Amino acid sequence: MIKGIFSSLIGIPTVALGLLLYLFMSHQGEFGFLHLLYTLNGIAIGQSILITPLIVSFTASALGAADVQLRDLAETLGASSFRCNLAIMRETVWPMVLAVSAAFNRGFGELGVAMIVGGNLFQETRVLTTSIALETNLGNFNVAMAYAIILMAVVLIITLTINLVERLRQEEMPWKKQ
Amino acid sequence: MEARLQLKNVEKSYGSVKALEDINLKIVGGKTIALLGINGAGKTTLLRIIAGLEERDKGSILLDGKDTNGKELRQTATLVFQKTVMFSRSVYSNLAYGLKIRGKKDSEIKEEIARELHTVGLRNFEKRKAKKTSGGEQQRIALARAFLLNPQILLLDEPTANLDPYSATIIERAIMNRTKGKGIIILATHNLSQAKRLADDVVHIYEGKIVEIAAPQEFFNNPRSEMTRKFINGELDY
Repeated sequence: MIKGIFSSLIGIPTVALGLLLYLFMSHQGEFGFLHLLYTLNGIAIGQSILITPLIVSFTASALGAADVQLRDLAETLGASSFRCNLAIMRETVWPMVLAVSAAFNRGFGELGVAMIVGGNLFQETRVLTTSIALETNLGNFNVAMAYAIILMAVVLIITLTINLVERLRQEEMPWKKQ
Repeated sequence: MEARLQLKNVEKSYGSVKALEDINLKIVGGKTIALLGINGAGKTTLLRIIAGLEERDKGSILLDGKDTNGKELRQTATLVFQKTVMFSRSVYSNLAYGLKIRGKKDSEIKEEIARELHTVGLRNFEKRKAKKTSGGEQQRIALARAFLLNPQILLLDEPTANLDPYSATIIERAIMNRTKGKGIIILATHNLSQAKRLADDVVHIYEGKIVEIAAPQEFFNNPRSEMTRKFINGELDY
């Protein structure tokens, strides 16, 4: 049931979450005393909340999909409980890397939380996504496009790097052939 | 001779299903025992209990006269599974796993692995990805992995099932050539001729109970139990 709840929160609209956090973080809100609104810390907290369901859900799936006999194998080879858990985690580390990558992409490219919680303040809380929105509204399409290219380049480089590492991991390392 | 391994009144149930009932078995050190039985008879359950991977509901397991718990059994026995399980690493890492837990030095590990791979006919396989090898090769890797640990009790769950004759021969040869000393090998198999070739004693399990224990010649030529006679003749159904 908990996994189901986290799975359903993966697709939460960022603006809806941003609005909710705004209400909590504003002066009248329960956490107004923390002065998080219109700060980078506020954005960081908001985006952490945004990506948590994704990481939890992917990690739970990865651990659930791990071969149930892995624990038996580790135990019969003499591993302690701690080492067994380590062995299972090592076998599922790659799906978790993919989960973290997906979470990073979601957080890095989102607009709703950054805009509403951060306020898009110049030299304080203006990030790539809010800059793109601002420049587009101002009609500065060249600048907006440049920001968008940077955003996409970062995401692409990270994704391609992870895919390359995964490919090398799956195949025999050619330079290690006998 | 004093029994090295003794099972006394061991029982195991899964819900309302009795997987093992009143299992009594004495095995002397240095022996190879074949467990025979139809699918679902309880062979794998028995192996898993001796390996300490499942807790028995009742009864005791004595090793050298001393009652043992699951943890002690896991340190004493090694089980080679019917369906091979490999870590997502090289063959070398798979084989070294148990040895590193036992604190062996890297130089010793390397030497022992090379020797054991040669025994199972997989020379120079160290750097290959274990999961990328064939079924037969994986079974041999799993066997080498168990041999390396030199367990006091080696448990083999249908080690040559689904293997080509060549791989099966290599595995049987490796088992036969194994110097057991005081160690025990317990082998679950459907292969009657394999049991004849490898075992010192044959145990027939039916519906979770031991129905016959005898040396191979007596077991196959003159079984005492009607169930065993039917099993040998292929007349026993589920």
